[in-house]
Amino acid sequence: MPSLVTPGFRLHLPEGLSLGGRPVLGPMTLDVPGGTTTVLLGPSGSGKSTLLRLAAGLLALPPGGRLATEDGAKLAGRIAYMAQQDLLAPWADALRNVTFGAHLRGTPPDLGRARALLAQVGLAPTDAAKRPAELSGGMRQRVALARTLMEDRPFVLMDEPFSAVDAPTRHRLQSLSARLLAGRTVLLVTHDPMEALRLAGRIYVLSGSPAAPAAFAPPGGDPPRPAADPALLAAQAALLERLAEAVA
Amino acid sequence: MANLLRALVAAAGLLLLWQGFVWWSEVPPFLLPSPARVALALVDRWDSLLHHALITASEILLGLALGTALGCLMALALAAWPAGRRWLLPLLLMSQAIPVFAIAPLLTLWLGFGIGSKVAMATLIIFFPVATAFYDGLRRTEPGLLDLGATMGASRAALLWRVRVPAALPGLASGLRVAAAVAPIGAVVGEWVGASAGLGYLMLHANGRSQTDVMFAALFVLMLMALALWFATDRLLRRAIPWQPDSLLDEKVTP
Repeated sequence: MPSLVTPGFRLHLPEGLSLGGRPVLGPMTLDVPGGTTTVLLGPSGSGKSTLLRLAAGLLALPPGGRLATEDGAKLAGRIAYMAQQDLLAPWADALRNVTFGAHLRGTPPDLGRARALLAQVGLAPTDAAKRPAELSGGMRQRVALARTLMEDRPFVLMDEPFSAVDAPTRHRLQSLSARLLAGRTVLLVTHDPMEALRLAGRIYVLSGSPAAPAAFAPPGGDPPRPAADPALLAAQAALLERLAEAVA
Repeated sequence: MANLLRALVAAAGLLLLWQGFVWWSEVPPFLLPSPARVALALVDRWDSLLHHALITASEILLGLALGTALGCLMALALAAWPAGRRWLLPLLLMSQAIPVFAIAPLLTLWLGFGIGSKVAMATLIIFFPVATAFYDGLRRTEPGLLDLGATMGASRAALLWRVRVPAALPGLASGLRVAAAVAPIGAVVGEWVGASAGLGYLMLHANGRSQTDVMFAALFVLMLMALALWFATDRLLRRAIPWQPDSLLDEKVTP
């Protein structure tokens, strides 16, 4: 049943991308296969967030650039976006933040589903009425994850979504999001090799100047992979070496 | 409660100093009346003070309402209409570059000695802090929040009304606090230039007859009104915008 499989997409930049006259991305083709998580790994300033913003439609495609999905329909309007900051509206409570998309589009929100999602990401029913300022950093990021899921899009674009929370919370959120986002086409940007190896179906390391992606084979097994897996730890060392080369 | 007590003690201390100075220097009452004389004037002339205070208060409140409405409209127009910005921005600056004291006689000439010219002056003075503070807030929306809204398929209007305006409310609140503090200036300046009623008029009138105690009494009433206005505004804003980042809220004593 091919119609049930989330399509993949491809970002094609035949001439690369320059911002303010400075080349940021080299000529490249980025393939994001359907129904799995593709992780884009790179040091700070390597242009990985720029790539994600291009895919999200937040940045205009350069001349010759193309963004195409396997099913031929447009990507715009079918994505959910999650950033490093939780980007919760400080004036709205958690429930309202989860349904923020419907609020912005002026459509009636499905409050039942929003409450169910909040429970799924591990928030107590009483937390639904709390404003972001009353929630901890980890809880806010959970609300942001619930908001991303609430949008219920086939394509999910995440820009270092868990880098602002502490290590144990990050670990739990990674497992949670891998479970809840299974089956969707996810493009995740991170600078954390462990995160990449735990979550990825496919890994690209962005390196060079202007940057170009190079594939890195993820370890076997389905995400979320346990952090103690020896194969994962070995791969982490190799990936770290690759990243260090990328900086040099 | 403790804050109120401290304020009362400080005020009582100042009054004592004042009374002591008057006793010690034997300054004539028409130069500096003692607090006791001012209190006597307050009691003796309470009906006329109340009458004039009500007029000044309505001028201030009308000016505050009009100035806030116009200031908000201006800020929204500046934020929503980029092409009009270069036309409107000079207008906004001009409204503040011309001192209200300088055009007070003109406004009195055009709008008469009644309440109209004073409301216009208060409006002019209030307009600027409200417009600039709100516009500043509208411009400083967290860019990530706008990105998120764009990926969610929000229209420009929805982004303005449902993201930028609520995000700018704390900014508007600080503009309104400034407005509440300066609002009495506009009304009283207007009364000073030409009026037949109001506390400013009463003060000018008393000054002409060397009734310094009545002047001080009117000043006292004006001060009370200004303080009440500021605290009421502050209270209201805190209640309406409970999420605003505010260090004052943190140091507030728990009840």
